[in-house]
Amino acid sequence: MSEESLIGVEHLYRYFGTNCAVKGVSFEVRRGEVVGFLGPNGAGKSTTMRMLTGNLAPSAGSIAVGGIDLLEHPKRAKAAIGYLPEQPPLYRELTVNEYLTYCARLNRIERGRIPGALAAARERCGLADSGSRLIGNLSKGYQQRVGIAQAIIHSPDVVVLDEPTVGLDPIQIREIRSLIRELGGEHSVILSTHILPEVQATCDRVQIIHHGELILSDTIAGLQQRMQTSRLAIGLHRPPDIEKLRAIAGVLSVEPNGADRFHISHHPAESPAETLVLAAARENWGLYELIPERRSLEDVFVDLTTSEPASKEAA
Amino acid sequence: MMIGHIAARELRSLFLSPLAWSVLSVVELIIAYLFLSQVDEYARIQPQLTQMENAPGLTEVVAAPVFGIAAVILLLVAPLLTMRLVSEERRSGTLPLLLSAPVSMTEIVLGKYLGVMAFFLVMVGLILLMPLSLLLGGTLDFGLLAAQVLGLTLMLAAFAAAGLFMSTLTGQPVVAAVGSFGILLLLWILDWADSADAGSGLFAYLSLQHHHEALLKGIFDTSDLVYYLLFITTFLVLSIRRLDAERLQG
Repeated sequence: MSEESLIGVEHLYRYFGTNCAVKGVSFEVRRGEVVGFLGPNGAGKSTTMRMLTGNLAPSAGSIAVGGIDLLEHPKRAKAAIGYLPEQPPLYRELTVNEYLTYCARLNRIERGRIPGALAAARERCGLADSGSRLIGNLSKGYQQRVGIAQAIIHSPDVVVLDEPTVGLDPIQIREIRSLIRELGGEHSVILSTHILPEVQATCDRVQIIHHGELILSDTIAGLQQRMQTSRLAIGLHRPPDIEKLRAIAGVLSVEPNGADRFHISHHPAESPAETLVLAAARENWGLYELIPERRSLEDVFVDLTTSEPASKEAA
Repeated sequence: MMIGHIAARELRSLFLSPLAWSVLSVVELIIAYLFLSQVDEYARIQPQLTQMENAPGLTEVVAAPVFGIAAVILLLVAPLLTMRLVSEERRSGTLPLLLSAPVSMTEIVLGKYLGVMAFFLVMVGLILLMPLSLLLGGTLDFGLLAAQVLGLTLMLAAFAAAGLFMSTLTGQPVVAAVGSFGILLLLWILDWADSADAGSGLFAYLSLQHHHEALLKGIFDTSDLVYYLLFITTFLVLSIRRLDAERLQG
């Protein structure tokens, strides 16, 4: 990719006392990318987000936003960032319009452009009709939307969202996710979550963080690849002798699973699926199911984050 | 500009809460009662005053005690109004909004300070209306009155600065209130310790009340003014440092 880099993080460290929460994290985010920050609770996701947005000073390392160093020119760098913390920073006693106007002013939007920015942000977040409602009276999902509206009101280059779908119902989650995808069009989005399908659904790239270290940085396609395994599940109405299956070229081992189902392991390079189908047709085994098995994202995640060798998965 | 926006939000939130209104009404009620009893007193001693040379006027007899007691009442009340400034934001998780906006820590602290000061000025204005109402039937010494108003305003400015600092220390508004009440009361009574030495020692200089008394009598001494300005600046700088340290240490 040749597009400009909007966020450049280098060797970021953060200590809380002697406890090191973030260890040497480096990454880059380009314009228009949606990057998912994945990790179990306490992995250092929120700490990284807080450092990116200037809420916490790093112990070492540098953060550049659009080429501007966050530590040297905090005001200029912060103008290019919109941040939704884990808990949306809402004043419950204000109405949505009052609150967003205040946020627009805080982000130095010129007086004349505030109504436009307000309308645009409300429109995008599905708050068009809620302008005069008190934030305290809104449901959790709507409060979350106000939180996102606050983060995008000044059309920042980078939007940082910390677990934006926590506590929402499934429909709201879908809406928020499509909103995030939409944001990815013109802003860069950094999203932290511990929900794996969310990353699959919304992100271009995924970074897995564990115990403060970045252990994986890959595209979604690359991640999909990691999820492929060299196993097939086959279902046969009239199964032959197990040895016959073993004899098929490319098959490494066969495990029966009930009377008429088998798990077949094969070499990663060559799948015996075609040969199996041909053999099944020729010898009338009654093939009714043939599924390439995939590891779930959870498995990959567990694999990467547990230090014990996950031998079962490799089998 | 940015300070103004923060101050406006602060003031607006204060007036949206029942706390500010109830504080305003209770303070008004108590001071009005004091004011009326002071007017009564003046009416009672007026015959004697007319026979005196250089008799104290309305401003000395009525306004001075009112402003003096107002400072004591506000000492009790100010912590309730300043306690929420930062600790409430911390508790409800709204602090990141300010910290991730392109605003400096100084602007945040000054904005919050001016917001609560605006409220206190409204309070001083309402209290000032009482002695001003005496103009209906008498005359006032405006120089003296100005000194008294200045004294009360400076006192409140000092309360607000100390309260703001205490509020930056904690995420619990009540703890902030107790803390600022403690520190203000301590500074108030500090000169009781060496009242025997005619109030000339270090404690007397540090005492809030000591500096207030001169202004109540209409004596405008720059050293009193400097004391208040130093007091305010110290606590504001401490607040800024405290918030900065939080960013550094987490």
